[in-house]
Amino acid sequence: MALMRSPWLRKLGSVAAVMFLVATTVFLISRVIPGDPAGVMLGAAATQEDIARLRTELGLDQPLFTQYVDFLWQTLRLDLGRSIFLNQPVLEAIVERSGLTFFLCVFATTLSVAIGLPLGILAGVWRGTWIDRSASVFAMLGASLPSFWIALVLIRYVAAELGWFPVSGWGGPDAAPVERLHHLVLPALVLALPNAVLLLRTTRAGMMDVMAQDYVRTARAKGLHPWTVIMKHALRNTLLPLVTVIGLTIAMLIGRTVVTETVFGLPGIGNLVISGVQRRDYPVIQGVLMVISGLYVLLNLVVDIVYARLDPRLRGRIA
Amino acid sequence: MIPRLRPVVLLGIAVLVVLAVSPWLAGIDPLKISVVDRLKPPSMRHLFGTDDFGRDVFARVAHGARLSLWIGFLVAAFATLLGASIGLAAGFFRRADPFLSRLLDALMAFPDILLAVALMAAFGSNLGNVVIALGLVYAPRVARVVRAATFAQRSTLFVEAAVSMGANDLRILLVHVLPNIMPVLFVQATFVFAYALLTESALSFLGVGVPPEVPTLGNMIAASQLYFDDATWMMLFPGIAIALAVLSLQMVGDGLRDSLDPVLRSAQ
Repeated sequence: MALMRSPWLRKLGSVAAVMFLVATTVFLISRVIPGDPAGVMLGAAATQEDIARLRTELGLDQPLFTQYVDFLWQTLRLDLGRSIFLNQPVLEAIVERSGLTFFLCVFATTLSVAIGLPLGILAGVWRGTWIDRSASVFAMLGASLPSFWIALVLIRYVAAELGWFPVSGWGGPDAAPVERLHHLVLPALVLALPNAVLLLRTTRAGMMDVMAQDYVRTARAKGLHPWTVIMKHALRNTLLPLVTVIGLTIAMLIGRTVVTETVFGLPGIGNLVISGVQRRDYPVIQGVLMVISGLYVLLNLVVDIVYARLDPRLRGRIA
Repeated sequence: MIPRLRPVVLLGIAVLVVLAVSPWLAGIDPLKISVVDRLKPPSMRHLFGTDDFGRDVFARVAHGARLSLWIGFLVAAFATLLGASIGLAAGFFRRADPFLSRLLDALMAFPDILLAVALMAAFGSNLGNVVIALGLVYAPRVARVVRAATFAQRSTLFVEAAVSMGANDLRILLVHVLPNIMPVLFVQATFVFAYALLTESALSFLGVGVPPEVPTLGNMIAASQLYFDDATWMMLFPGIAIALAVLSLQMVGDGLRDSLDPVLRSAQ
């Protein structure tokens, strides 16, 4: 009984419920396709026999409820079905392409922290000055320019005209890591920008809050160097909410790779979705939806755990 | 309770109005094809240059901006209506809350653009489907905020008084709770409007939004890629128009939120 009351067990139960609803949503989306999904997937050139075979293969000739139970059972066993066009298991296709997307997301997160955190600290400490104002102009622009447009402008002027970076792709099959990194600078920058803005705003607000606290005033009154006060006393208490922001923005990044990978011609998971849409390869779209939303739910859990570890006041109080 | 509007809010609204009526200000036919004027750079005659069919880019941006704003507005209206209904129910009925909250968590586990792409793949590309898909994507984001606000209202004295006087649930929700969460709802609707504009243009750009022949700003940018090296004006101006619209909406949203701060604070 004591175990049942453990907040972590409740949290896990909630995660399981959310994942069940995620799977149900994915199932529903794939069943609202107007007409016969098998016919739509195979296109106009398909024969009646082909369509009938695919219907049986996908279980579309079964009652809807049986299809639903089968889908849940398969998902539980991490069987995401087969891609019709690629003729390989969807999970395999996703794993093959996840290296690039993972690398891109790590790179973008690093960049967003490198841009957002220092700007946020500076803007929060010197609020109202030109530094703060330039930071908020940067934040406004970063939040309102469409990312695919920024990507096109960067490709046109920085890559094509100045020739500083490659226009697309990520090097040949056996490119050196440094070359890969060079290829991914612009895509990572485009992905990082909205997250950098979010980090900047959170850091700025946190710094402003903390700088007004009594203990910061005490530290200053003791005659400590202003930077010691900022970095040691103020920043440490601002970092906590940033864990949540960084954790959740990683999940957002994976979703936005759909756009970035398409513009830069990168063969990652985002690109897989768009080619899946173009080829009407529904199992691929379903599979990626499941994997990415699963990652999001998992990241959420990790963020909660890390948060509780970092803030002793929260231990054992996770709702 | 009418808060004093800040200058930024008025400025934002002014820019949005100008964008919305710009097709009539431009007074040029966005569909008029002229082969001799093909891919001309910006000049006095064609302020933003011409495209691959010799059509005036300024006129096309003006019409595209109006269309994109219209789509964004419809999405915001649909998402607000749906999200507010779910949020009110989740915040008010204790029994329904655990299920509705998990449902919102599940829907928000999908990144917005990815869910929109998947829904469009299932529905098929047309304008109505874009509005429905984006409305479904953003409704949970409205619902979550409305739920929190409703939660705060439920424990107020006037709601308790209404209950004790025998008012039914629907009456309490519509007459006592809804008017008090309107400011929160309005601010959220403004932000959804802005997100919808950005996501709609991304969908068009990816080729899964409105059909390519409809001149939205996203479609114009997608079409400009073929003339990427020479006719950069075809790409630059539609992008600036999107940014201007989104920026204005965010200014309106931020400004309203700041004016309504005490209301918002009590909702959290």
